[in-house]
Amino acid sequence: MLDNLQLFVDAPFLLIQVLLDGILFGAIFAIAAYGMALVWGVMNVINIVQGEFVMLGGFITFQLTLWGIHPLFGIPVAAAVLFVIGIALYYGVIRRVVDKDMFISLLATFGLSILLQQLMNQIWGGDVRTAQSGLGTWFLFDYTVTVGQIKVVACVGALILGLILIVFLKKSRLGQAIRATAQNPRAAQVLGINTDKVFAATYGINAALCGAAGSLVVMAYSVHPYIGLPYTVRSFMIVIVAGLGNLPGVILAGLGLGAAENFAAFILGAQFQVAFVFCLLIVILVVRNTLLRRKRKYLK
Amino acid sequence: MIRKLKQLGLATAALGLVLAGTADAKVEGDTVYLGSAISLTGKYSTNGEHTQRGYDLAVKLINEAGGIMVDGQDYMLDIIYYDDESTPARGAQLAERLINQDGVEFMLGPYSSGLTKAIAPVTEQYGVPMVEANGASLSLFTEGYQYLFAVLSTTEQYLASAVALAAEIAEAEGRDPSTLTLAAAFENDPFSQDIRNGVLADAEALGIKVVIDDQLPPELNDMAATLAKVKALKPDILVVSGHAKGATLAIRQMEEMRVDVPMLALTHCDSADIIGNFGEAAEYTLCASQWAPSLSYSDDLFGSAADFAATFEAEYGYAPPYQAAESAAAVMVFADAFERAGTFDKAAVRDALSETVMETFYGNIEFDETGKNIAKPMVLYQVQDGEYVVVAPTAWAASEVRWPTPPWADRQ
Repeated sequence: MLDNLQLFVDAPFLLIQVLLDGILFGAIFAIAAYGMALVWGVMNVINIVQGEFVMLGGFITFQLTLWGIHPLFGIPVAAAVLFVIGIALYYGVIRRVVDKDMFISLLATFGLSILLQQLMNQIWGGDVRTAQSGLGTWFLFDYTVTVGQIKVVACVGALILGLILIVFLKKSRLGQAIRATAQNPRAAQVLGINTDKVFAATYGINAALCGAAGSLVVMAYSVHPYIGLPYTVRSFMIVIVAGLGNLPGVILAGLGLGAAENFAAFILGAQFQVAFVFCLLIVILVVRNTLLRRKRKYLK
Repeated sequence: MIRKLKQLGLATAALGLVLAGTADAKVEGDTVYLGSAISLTGKYSTNGEHTQRGYDLAVKLINEAGGIMVDGQDYMLDIIYYDDESTPARGAQLAERLINQDGVEFMLGPYSSGLTKAIAPVTEQYGVPMVEANGASLSLFTEGYQYLFAVLSTTEQYLASAVALAAEIAEAEGRDPSTLTLAAAFENDPFSQDIRNGVLADAEALGIKVVIDDQLPPELNDMAATLAKVKALKPDILVVSGHAKGATLAIRQMEEMRVDVPMLALTHCDSADIIGNFGEAAEYTLCASQWAPSLSYSDDLFGSAADFAATFEAEYGYAPPYQAAESAAAVMVFADAFERAGTFDKAAVRDALSETVMETFYGNIEFDETGKNIAKPMVLYQVQDGEYVVVAPTAWAASEVRWPTPPWADRQ
């Protein structure tokens, strides 16, 4: 561990490399986390099927490349297809559990995630799939620091999507309806908002975000029917760290967590990367809880 | 009335026959049934299918050649399959079912070490011989199983040839192998860790210094941190194993991050299809493999290794991965043992299996007392001009190893 720290002193460019890799990795998680924040905040559903949506977006993009279409077109296509799938799943399944106990919706989305895994496995097989974006690498500081361009696309995409989402929620009619529903579904209903439609749109938008993220994953990393779970877990963590209903916080938490875990992997070894993230989560929850408690004291 | 009773009697007798049939189905008429739980759905479905096709092709060819001669009578082979859904618990359950309900007394292995580990205790308990072709984990052969036989090389040998090759090259260059440095990145699952143990033991024996020893979490889809370290420490050899995902990530991220190492050795190159996916970037990569169509082994059934590849491709429309080749070899081992045992008695067949000495298109087969094949080495491919070419061990090398891998800056 000390050897690894020593490396930073010997080769300071590594600091930048590790930081950049982490941030760019975190950006993709941040996109999936937007969706989770939305669904959680608006519908009070923790969407376990998040990671499978991401993988499905990746597979759709992979399918496009099989048809000779450039994978970058996969980003909007996957988002559009997933939007439709999201709406369909809402009317088929989620709608029946949305006002039930959270445990029920956990079970329902968990079931969906198994279903999607098996379907993807049936359609595309159990192989690891990737798509070539054809984008190259940027070199900084005389080849010592490298930045994959596709990861930059992912990061910029995450920022843009985040911005669009924030503006959409603030300004558009549907966005306002979504926020109203999040605050109080019953009151929103009394005021004439069709909460059923709002929920459907929310779930569709979430799936579309995941689809776009998946498209980036297949170009920058790889997809496989059974490796969706980490995306679910990371989005969950990012939302917890950012705080529910704090969309600008989501992108910051996503990038920050990405960087933190990459440093952990470098210094402690890759085997501690995930453990570190979870320890960090516990620390953040404890700190947040004490801060909140202090606030409550002042309120008295 | 009497007629009806007669009919009933006949029906009962027929039913009795059927029941007797299921209770003792290992040999029905002139057909011997082997059983196998295999991953036809779930995460191993691709390789499960390769395995099944290997079994089926061998059965087909053996039957076409007149079947097997046991005690002066010809028998045909057939296999009863069940889908284990890639889950060990299901695999063990199905093994029980094959043995207890279907009366199978000879088992062919499932796909993967994990499934084999789940099934081996069951076959052992019932004294049913199992010849397996896709469970390479060394830990399968430290349990003292008497009825388990494996035709493939075990995990600790997977990348040993790569380490040996690096030492060989160093010596040829007039360099002491102990001046070499090695970086290892292995997925944190039992199979990859077995390979890691083999590599580390070999490195230690040769005095090679291990500068990085990262264990990649199975759920991880990124190895940038490990590669950044490789870039800084510049080892002579980088060894990565993490199933198809590990191979995919290694090639993709090394190209992207311009990680220069003189020698890169991987496992699972073909299942990751690194040549098809990455083209140029896959060049120079060394890959461990159980078998290659270019090897000079041959037998009377399939002919040479290349003939097997041609037969397989004609039947299924794609070149056989080694998983299919070793599976076909497992069936041949059973056929050979039946003929030598001259009976379908489980214990006698088991004893015949343990005395197997065979030359097959897949390699030589001889089991040690733990049941693993000790007569066949692993081979090492190198990606050369868009093809997998065998470069080690030297006896089968079709071409010289290309070394060192030039830096990325000179490769485009």
